[in-house]
Amino acid sequence: MLPMLATVLFAYLGTVFWSVRVSVSSSRTLPSSDFVGLAQYTRLFASERWLLSLENVVVFGVIFIVACLVLGFLLAVFIDQKVAGEGVLRTVFLYPYAMSFVATGLIWQWVLNPELGIQSTVRALGFETFTFDWIATQDKVMYAIALAAVWQAAGLVMALMLAGLRGIDDSLWKAARIDGIPTWRVYMSIVLPMLGPSIGTAVVLLSVSVVKVYDVVVAMTQGGPGLASEVPGKFIMDNLFGRSNIGLASAASTVLLLTVLALLTPWMYARARAARNGGHR
Amino acid sequence: MIRKHSLAIGACLAVLAVGAAHAQANRAEVIHWWTSGGESAAIQEIANGYKAAGGTWVDSAIAGGEPARAAAINRIVGGNPSTAAQFNTSQQFLDIVKGGMLNNVDEVAKKNDWDKILPGPVLKAIKVDGHFYAVPVNIHMPAWFWYSKAAFAKAGVTAEPKTPDEFFATLDKLKAAGVTPVAFGGQPWQEKIVFDALLAHIGGPDLYLKVYKGDQKAIASPEFKNVLASFKKLKNYTDAGAPNRNWNDATSMVISGKAGVQIMGDWAKGEFQAAKQTAGKEFGCFPGFGPKAPYIIAGDVFVFPKTNDAAAIKSQQLLATVMTSPATQVAFNNKKGSIPIRTDVDAKSMDICAQQGIAAMKDVSRQLPNPEMLVAPDIAGALQDVVTKFWNTNQSVDDAVKAVGAAVKG
Repeated sequence: MLPMLATVLFAYLGTVFWSVRVSVSSSRTLPSSDFVGLAQYTRLFASERWLLSLENVVVFGVIFIVACLVLGFLLAVFIDQKVAGEGVLRTVFLYPYAMSFVATGLIWQWVLNPELGIQSTVRALGFETFTFDWIATQDKVMYAIALAAVWQAAGLVMALMLAGLRGIDDSLWKAARIDGIPTWRVYMSIVLPMLGPSIGTAVVLLSVSVVKVYDVVVAMTQGGPGLASEVPGKFIMDNLFGRSNIGLASAASTVLLLTVLALLTPWMYARARAARNGGHR
Repeated sequence: MIRKHSLAIGACLAVLAVGAAHAQANRAEVIHWWTSGGESAAIQEIANGYKAAGGTWVDSAIAGGEPARAAAINRIVGGNPSTAAQFNTSQQFLDIVKGGMLNNVDEVAKKNDWDKILPGPVLKAIKVDGHFYAVPVNIHMPAWFWYSKAAFAKAGVTAEPKTPDEFFATLDKLKAAGVTPVAFGGQPWQEKIVFDALLAHIGGPDLYLKVYKGDQKAIASPEFKNVLASFKKLKNYTDAGAPNRNWNDATSMVISGKAGVQIMGDWAKGEFQAAKQTAGKEFGCFPGFGPKAPYIIAGDVFVFPKTNDAAAIKSQQLLATVMTSPATQVAFNNKKGSIPIRTDVDAKSMDICAQQGIAAMKDVSRQLPNPEMLVAPDIAGALQDVVTKFWNTNQSVDDAVKAVGAAVKG
């Protein structure tokens, strides 16, 4: 246990505290030990790009998580119908997850490029007015990124849900059939609630990738067109290295950490309560 | 027990390392980010020069400028610096100079009369408080105009444009001939390069310098607004696939004659060469409008982290001497696509674009420092955000002026 404890203390908590410390200093290329109060935070929230990044990551997060859950669940239900070639389909659906976000981003960058991908292909087929240029459009580029990310991660949700579905006892289905309940109703009212833990796991995993989303954006759009697909992770990385402004970058990562904690604490509290109450049932 | 063993092993390794260092004369570990084919062939020329001068070259290539610079700084801060590390000719290394973390190369500089042979903007970037803290190795010009001779012929354009008006007239002709007039890569850094080119050529060097010095009056002037408007006007001459396009994909549009002009650094020459095209034959180049056009100067330098080890300092001095010697300069820059830092070299072996560049460099009044030499990386980045927003949204010129004014304040 001791090495583990040391790792947590120094590698995790230590670096967190160090970041917070740097965020209240005037550090640029090198960390400095002065104290400038909340100046970096003031500057951070005066930055149009940072506010836009926050807005973008919320849009991305909602679309990404909801779409992954719905699509993953549907895929799992589909495979659970004892379809032929289940093994092959399962592999096909899960395969994108084996790819890195960078590879995913590059592929989708080409597929969505209006001059190379879907748009030009469909136009070449004779539909001259067909337009599909999300990736090059200011107000739709986040959807394009979410599309690529969903393609990559939906398979993982499917695998989690499928494991959950397989854990549901056959007798339940038999009972429902005898009672004459329609299949969709069984899924909605009985199976879905029973999948609670699987859904919880999926949401946690997906949320983590929302907070740290960076690579897919860099590979697909580099934050563009303009600033339209900037995300907090990219803001931090750019300021940390390219713009040698570790003070501002640390302030940004501290804000991100606090946001995650603010979202996580009520959830963990609710779970702890549920676990306690569960004991009395 | 285990700890004792590892201590013993560590001590052995340390002894071995010291032994090895003694065995290799003038050992120099160099961190750089030149990893692509042409680039690594270029750095090899410096390595060869260093070996010929009796040194042992230890190559530490790290892909990508940002990670390479971060690694160099981390090693300096961590107390285990490399012998030399690459930076851009800019304010990127100003903070570590001020932190007292670099050795100066005053001796080499004085012996070789750098004050005389180096161009002013480069001197200004490497000389802090009277000391030389970096060795420049090349001059890149980040905003050449590359054009396809085939596309120009198709549009009936016979001469290179000599004024901004002629430039836009040329673009109109290209458009009428069904060619994409401007091969544009819509990534923030490329948009910034094009913006800087227009600021220098349409606004003029004076305005350029004033804007980057944060002169609010110049930023609010009608001349600067005109630059912004012209920049935005250029967007009408790009195609729908421009957003997010890589620079080399844009270059290949010029190579194939699908597009007319690209504004890009001299590294684009490598793409033309790879496609077996020759400067002056299939494609042409001009650094600006007319014979007196400003020539924007950028480039790479090596810095030498502080050390008290006499052997390491000797290696650093030797590296500095080799890197700036005329023979290494020509061999290195021929492969790199840039031009030598000194104009007293034999340019005959270089292509016509490089020769144009060297000719331009000889005229001191044409030399213009690139923005990264004028402002801190932080402000350069903020300006890039402003430019890319203006290019990609419907932001008005007046709002963009305000944003530029706020960004230069930092």
